[in-house]
Amino acid sequence: TGSLFKDEATEEKGERARMASFIGAMAIADLVKTTLGPKGMDKILQSTGRGHSVTVTNDGATILKSLHIDNPAAKVLVDISKVQDDEVGDGTTSVVVLAGELLREAEKLVNVKIHPMTIISGYRMAAECARNALLEKVVDNKLDAEKFKDDLMKIAMTTLSSKILSQDKEHFAKLAVDAVMRLKGSTNLESIQIIKKPGGSLTDSFLDEGFILDKKIGVGQPKRIENAKILVANTAMDTDKVKIYGARVRVDSMAKVAEIEVAEKEKMREKVQKIINHGINCFVNRQLIYNFPEELFADAGVLAIEHADFDGIERLGLVTGGEIASTFDNPESVKLGHCKLIEEIMIGEDKLIHFSGVAMGQACTIVLRGASPHMLDEAERSLHDALCVLSQTVNDSRVLFGGGWPEMVMAKAVDELARKTPGKRSHAIEAFSRALIAIPTTIADNAGLDSAELIAQLRAEHHKEGSTAGIDVISGSVGDMSELGISEAFKVKQAVLLSATEAAEMILRVDEIITCAPRRREDRM
Amino acid sequence: MALAFDEFGRPFIIIREQEQKSRLRGLDAQKTNISAGKAVARILRTSLGPKGMDKILQSPDGDVTITNDGATILEQMDVDNQIAKLMVELSRSQDYEIGDGTTGVVVMAGALLEQAEKLLERGIHPIRIAEGYELASRIAFEHLERISHKFEFDGTNIEDLIQTCMTTLSSKIVNRCKRSMAEIAVKAVLAVADLERKDVNLDLIKVEGKVGGKLEDTELIYGILVDKDMSHPQMPKQIEDAKIAILTCPFEPPKPKTKHKVDIDSVEKFQTLREQEQKYFDDMVKKCKDVGATLVICQWGFDDEANHLLMHRNLPAVRWVGGVELELIAIATGGRIVPRFQELTPEKLGKAGLVREKAFGTTKDRMIYIEHCANSRAVTIFIRGGNKMMIEETKRSLHDALCVARNLIRNNSIVYGGGSAEISCSLAVEAAADKYPGVEQYAIRAFADALDAIPMALAENSGLQPIETLSAVKSQQIKENNPCCGIDCNDVGTNDMREQNVFETLIGKQQQILLSTQVVKMILKIDDVISPSEY
Repeated sequence: TGSLFKDEATEEKGERARMASFIGAMAIADLVKTTLGPKGMDKILQSTGRGHSVTVTNDGATILKSLHIDNPAAKVLVDISKVQDDEVGDGTTSVVVLAGELLREAEKLVNVKIHPMTIISGYRMAAECARNALLEKVVDNKLDAEKFKDDLMKIAMTTLSSKILSQDKEHFAKLAVDAVMRLKGSTNLESIQIIKKPGGSLTDSFLDEGFILDKKIGVGQPKRIENAKILVANTAMDTDKVKIYGARVRVDSMAKVAEIEVAEKEKMREKVQKIINHGINCFVNRQLIYNFPEELFADAGVLAIEHADFDGIERLGLVTGGEIASTFDNPESVKLGHCKLIEEIMIGEDKLIHFSGVAMGQACTIVLRGASPHMLDEAERSLHDALCVLSQTVNDSRVLFGGGWPEMVMAKAVDELARKTPGKRSHAIEAFSRALIAIPTTIADNAGLDSAELIAQLRAEHHKEGSTAGIDVISGSVGDMSELGISEAFKVKQAVLLSATEAAEMILRVDEIITCAPRRREDRM
Repeated sequence: MALAFDEFGRPFIIIREQEQKSRLRGLDAQKTNISAGKAVARILRTSLGPKGMDKILQSPDGDVTITNDGATILEQMDVDNQIAKLMVELSRSQDYEIGDGTTGVVVMAGALLEQAEKLLERGIHPIRIAEGYELASRIAFEHLERISHKFEFDGTNIEDLIQTCMTTLSSKIVNRCKRSMAEIAVKAVLAVADLERKDVNLDLIKVEGKVGGKLEDTELIYGILVDKDMSHPQMPKQIEDAKIAILTCPFEPPKPKTKHKVDIDSVEKFQTLREQEQKYFDDMVKKCKDVGATLVICQWGFDDEANHLLMHRNLPAVRWVGGVELELIAIATGGRIVPRFQELTPEKLGKAGLVREKAFGTTKDRMIYIEHCANSRAVTIFIRGGNKMMIEETKRSLHDALCVARNLIRNNSIVYGGGSAEISCSLAVEAAADKYPGVEQYAIRAFADALDAIPMALAENSGLQPIETLSAVKSQQIKENNPCCGIDCNDVGTNDMREQNVFETLIGKQQQILLSTQVVKMILKIDDVISPSEY
């Protein structure tokens, strides 16, 4: 009998297929496992591309994103971590670790001849029960603004404590909370700008209420403008090309060329005049501004800033309340942006343009300072995580304790369910609770603590109703989470629970892997 | 290899370069073909039924698909064997025609081939087997008609429809929320269905997916969802009672198709051209504004100047909308697609009660919802899910459910699922076999055995004892004269599929039997395989 598939295509069946996917998924989970928790370690990622650029991080999503993976089950885990990042921003490591643990437990059950479908139905029941257990325990302080801010502060500190910023977590938590509070409930993080400038130390980072544009002011133009009227534009300020298709200049003498050149210049002069007629004293353009118009602006005493990137323009429009203009024929109806003061400031050795006293209070800028670019990149990622979580929490203000507390609560509820459930499914439910406990175990292990001892203590502690005990990594013992002020957002925990279960379920259902032959690159001889 | 020799012992050349080709003839050829067909069926066998397993498929580019949809598995399997390709075609044609039962049809064909192999070994000629199968399939076909039930439904009573869709969805990964998914599918189909003509145009149902959230967040939108955002960040994000101009011309100076050159040779010309250009933009925007449009949806891009003018005149716009979406929007809003600005008139505008932009998650993803349309005949199913593969699989599952709902509207006859229809057919074919004189009798009996393969696979996948369960159910059918007894896959405690509310469409089942018989007949008739050998 001939082979069914094309050359090099492979087929893995039954037990072998399941083993391949289990091993792949667990390998990924083990890879990021050591980064979990406040004492988690970082990874160095070196790219194979030119320059072999190096990234140092302990953000699960960033690590997994940069891996080249061949195992299909592992790809599922990478995918869930990415989605977690896009959706809630934090918990990217936890979700992979939990999915890995669920599969590890499932493997044991499969080995004692429990059918994967039975395991799946048990996992589903357990996940539902765990979610309900969390729902019962959530604290919602939405109505009490003071307490709510306190909650946010705690969440930010908890998120940051597992990152590079943990040394100055209070400082950064405050930055992040302030920034998010300014958004007033919107989840649009675009209006929070993060500028990275090497030099100084992390504690020199600050939140600026205004807007900072990483650009220089043109030569000979005012360096400081009070009560600025700003026109934000996206228009060509080099030579304004004729856009009509097929137009070209054809002349028969040099004199004509000169004439047309003059006309072109005249056109530009008119355009500049039109812009100035808006009664502005600051003009920001997304595209280049050539010397000629720049000179004209300087003559008129208008500050002209060229080549601001697209994000910058959008943000500036948002911050100053001006519209992004591309035509200038109706000066009376174009909305101009306003701010109290534009000045050039120095951060480190770079000159930046600072807009302060802006009309719309939503946007702000966080300036990060740090010893090296790697440090700054990681700091930005950490801050981004915190900002994401906070902005999600502002909308869904339900809060839980951290430090392994939610996992213990869930494990307890799931355990009880297992005892009540008849049939083989109860094994799977029990396994689910073991997988949940693996998360605090890993946190303790990563901190170099005696996890077996701690978890046993914690479990006993949780046997009491309404316990708030969790792992206090700093002192290395079981502590009261409400006193220590360690909190996590409900939304993050829920997303971790649900997507990890979903991913585990998906991988469990597989009994065959068919891999097509890798596509051959054309040999270029 | 059979060869002819002339008197000098030199072989006649029948096939060019015959040393390089391998050739199989007679019984060997049939056996090879059968084993290839069986191999394909074996792969799908474990995916059958509510407890069926999934397969991971890795494409040549490394993309991963996880599915248990028969058609998708076979499609992406990269099959080389010719007979196996026939099986792939088989499942595809079931997919095109019916949309569901793509796994069952292949398993059925595999079982038929297996039975044929036994008959071949007994020395029965393949053509006689094929003819016997043909007779048997006709018996089964008619028997299905007899045991089918009709159920009545109208726009208000959709419970039965939902139940049928739930049967389809229960074998997929989405079975966690099959109830809500089935409801979505049925409502979507009913929204676009033309109940008088009994026709459903599935093109009017757009299935859009976005990673994130959970499966439960999947929703049915009575309107259109466009994965785009407003062309200018400062345009209003919400428009009520929108009048939509649907354009297929760009907001750019026109580009005539004939080649031309505009020569500028004097200052005056330069200036007139400039004014002309400005006028173009002004005219375009003015035209839209004049006919009363409050939203512009355009297939092409905008020039920066035009974009600002639009925003300036308070006319929100969406650019780079795909052709298919544009058509759907036109259908939903009752507007006309306008290819030129000159042809824009107030009657051609589409109407929608609410157009809004919605942001997702922490990334910059935004989508535009067009709701409360003048004509709600186009709907969108918006799927959310934990990861990309989940969404893809949900899309496929929903497609199956939509097809089932459509088939029911076309023809409201149903048969009961859980293998009950197959068992009942098997009994009928078995009984009819004895009436046929001649060798076909054996083939007909073999067909009855092959029909048992589906309930058997179902029982096996559900972790039941296959032979024990099947014989119990079979005897129950005869004893109670009840064609609704099937395999109790979900361990509910009853074998009566009527009580479990498990049913499938009649045409789907009939199609399965006809298609698989056809393919098996074709495979049996091949007695010579010539293939170029590998080198």
